[in-house]
Amino acid sequence: MTTPPTHSGRRLGRTTTRRAAEAVVRAIIYLCGWMAIIILAAIAVFLMWNSFRAVNEAGLFTMLSGTAWYPTSSPGKFGMLPLIVGSLFVTGVALAVCVPVGVAAAVFISEFSGRLVKEVMKSIIEFMAAVPSVVYGLIGVAVLIPFVKDAFSLTSGMTAVTGGIVLGIMSIPTVISISEDALHAVPEELRQGSAALGNTRWQTTFKVTLPAASSGIFAAVMLGLGRAIGETMAVLMLTGNAAVMPASVFESVRTMTGTIAAEMGEVVQGGLHYSVLFAVGLVLFTITFGINLVADLVLERQRKRWRR
Amino acid sequence: MVSTLLVTGDGALSYDAGSVTLPRTVAQEGAASKAADLQGSFSLADVSVAYGRDRVIEGVSMYVPPRSVTALIGPSGCGKSTLLRCLNRMNDELGNVHVGGTITLDGADIMGRAMDPVELRMRVGQVFQRPNPFPMTIWDNVAYGPRTQGIRKRSELDELVEESLKGAALWAEVKNNLKKHAFELSGGQQQRLCIARALATKPEVILMDEPASALDPISTQQIEDTIAQLKDSVTIVIVTHNMQQAARISDQTAFMLRESLDEPAHLVEMDETRKMFTNPDDARTESYITGRFG
Amino acid sequence: MSRSSRTKQARTAEATAKVVTGAIALSVVAVAVFVFVYIVYNGIGALDWTFFSEVPRDRGREGGILPIIVGTLYLIGATAGLTLPIGVLAGVYLAEYAPRNFTTRAIRLAITNMAGVPSIVYGLFGLAAFVLLAGFGRSIIAAALTLTCMTLPVVITATEEALRQIPQDLRQASLALGATRLRTIYKVVLPAAAPGIITGAILGLARAAGETAPILFTGAVFQMRRLPDGPSSQFMALPYHIYAQVTSVPDWNRELVWGTALVLVAGVSIVSVMAAWWRSVQRRKVKW
Repeated sequence: MTTPPTHSGRRLGRTTTRRAAEAVVRAIIYLCGWMAIIILAAIAVFLMWNSFRAVNEAGLFTMLSGTAWYPTSSPGKFGMLPLIVGSLFVTGVALAVCVPVGVAAAVFISEFSGRLVKEVMKSIIEFMAAVPSVVYGLIGVAVLIPFVKDAFSLTSGMTAVTGGIVLGIMSIPTVISISEDALHAVPEELRQGSAALGNTRWQTTFKVTLPAASSGIFAAVMLGLGRAIGETMAVLMLTGNAAVMPASVFESVRTMTGTIAAEMGEVVQGGLHYSVLFAVGLVLFTITFGINLVADLVLERQRKRWRR
Repeated sequence: MVSTLLVTGDGALSYDAGSVTLPRTVAQEGAASKAADLQGSFSLADVSVAYGRDRVIEGVSMYVPPRSVTALIGPSGCGKSTLLRCLNRMNDELGNVHVGGTITLDGADIMGRAMDPVELRMRVGQVFQRPNPFPMTIWDNVAYGPRTQGIRKRSELDELVEESLKGAALWAEVKNNLKKHAFELSGGQQQRLCIARALATKPEVILMDEPASALDPISTQQIEDTIAQLKDSVTIVIVTHNMQQAARISDQTAFMLRESLDEPAHLVEMDETRKMFTNPDDARTESYITGRFG
Repeated sequence: MSRSSRTKQARTAEATAKVVTGAIALSVVAVAVFVFVYIVYNGIGALDWTFFSEVPRDRGREGGILPIIVGTLYLIGATAGLTLPIGVLAGVYLAEYAPRNFTTRAIRLAITNMAGVPSIVYGLFGLAAFVLLAGFGRSIIAAALTLTCMTLPVVITATEEALRQIPQDLRQASLALGATRLRTIYKVVLPAAAPGIITGAILGLARAAGETAPILFTGAVFQMRRLPDGPSSQFMALPYHIYAQVTSVPDWNRELVWGTALVLVAGVSIVSVMAAWWRSVQRRKVKW
């Protein structure tokens, strides 16, 4: 019984080596499938591990509530509040730009425009999303900094507003495309039902479609927010990076992302300052993780709602 | 694999029509002609199928004789296709499907651990409801199965492709265009290509799940002619909705019925097609065939 | 209020809404066009043979950007080599193997969340994990690994979506011929899904080419006299070059920096547009 089973002269069965090879490939596929969780967990672990010294020596609460950021004085002062407030100011301005503009443009694309306009708008949005943030920063440096300086008669055009406007523009594609998806997902029957009651297109949009898509639009805003808080290069080039508590958005600010980018190059690896920068990263990671989680849950609920 | 071989060799004894006792050596040599060792007869004993907790088929016992056409008929939702998929264990791929009872192919238990479903499917081919050629050339489609079996030699593959396309009555139409993309064929040609693809693995049985239901009458006619030609060399089990088709092409017919949604489907009656369509034993068969329900 | 005046009011509101949203949409277009034109207008003058064939001199104020282009290409090549296999296999897992359970939900959640992690945080992670712990130092390989983590969600999602477009029929046909699941995936499903996967990967890699924050601490340098000579070499990159010029070179050469920006934007968008166009052509060619 040594001959393998044959059938019209060919082998039907799989050899043991073949089966083993298949098992190995399958194991690799499973490992890759789990990679997202592995990487995300690794990011969290590395951030926590590296900020351990900062939490230990500077104290988490002291850092989060401190208003003085003098990392290179001795002893260094690591109050993150100016950075957090700086990020919030810039992000606030960005949201004020991208939410109204993005949602209105999405309404126009989804409710008032034909196929051709839709296609053209989509390509343009794709182009806007493809432009690297450093290039937006460059344009901001060349155009917006002088403009803000003149328009508001400031001594410097490097302010939270400058960074916020550019960030807002950068977030527009995210807000438009997700809002547009949300509006698109509203079943056509709902619109027809409203139209049959004698409502105009706009009345339908305002009273029926927008409320129906509200959770998706909320998610769009959240994702725009996440993108704005996490953005680094443009703010680094535009906000002036003064690490003091800003009194208004027309002052120079330093964001969390900008701080990490600007200071990591000059710290002693493994030192306290190094560890504090990881702690800033951990704060940033926690905030964006929370925002994305909320957006994801909202989107999931919306998907379930319209699935039939 | 060895145990499979043993059963394959001498297991086909316990069933009535047409079984032949074979010496083991014939099967071992393997090169022996198909007619002698591998026949393609199925025996089902008390087969039941459940999707999770939902029992859809129960207590089906039947014998599918080799080298003949067996039709499975019945109203939609009566589990014909599910039963068909038991025969090449395609139900395994759906997950959460439990098959009970015994099914043997030429005496070998096909549900036991000794039977590799992959190996089984090389012996039991399937043609689906909608033509589903791969997005490749005609040649590549037909050669897919043999290549899966490890045949690499171009001349051998060429030979198999030609033989299979002839078997599916498609050769004359495509012999000059074997490099054409399969999607450029018409629906009926695509379905015959799928038959050729199934033939290329040299199966003992081909399962067909309403193979003509998506086709026009002329293509249907061609498929039926192909089936008539094929039954000299392979066993065919065909699920069909079309009573006339069953009457035209099959040698024996099995009628399945699910009488209510609360109970699983069962086999009402199985007999020679001529008898089933002229003088069935069961009143339900008669009323289904005469079109009173279904 | 009479019925007709109410209708009239509604009609005015309709017209106003259309005009207002339309104007806003148009302003978005205007911004995009401005960005495009401004970059081209400022950068086009720099594009000549010297620009593409010489190394930067005088801290980037003179000369060309050859090592910078080469560095970016090396970096993206290495990233592609790492991202594609992992991302495609992960997509295969999700589309073909993953059971419907809590773990799979968690994996999906992790993927969407990875896409939202700030790029600077990836930079920190890359520094801690690849540069220091793994000992790669600041190098192409460390930066490519960092960018791989960032690009993975894009490639995984694109692969999964492309695989889900492939009809179940085809898998069944292959399995029924006695092919194993792996062979079915490798020989039938993946080739059929290739256009979608490749396009998605190219779009993700194009994005990665424009990223600065993840490479800041993982291997990009301000000045190099030679071309990178291996995966453990440091490198210059287009986006980092722009940033470094603007922030740390007094009297930076406007023309050269805008030229660099034009090369970067043109490269990224031409590749993206071509990939999207190719996918739509492929989609039209094969109708399931």
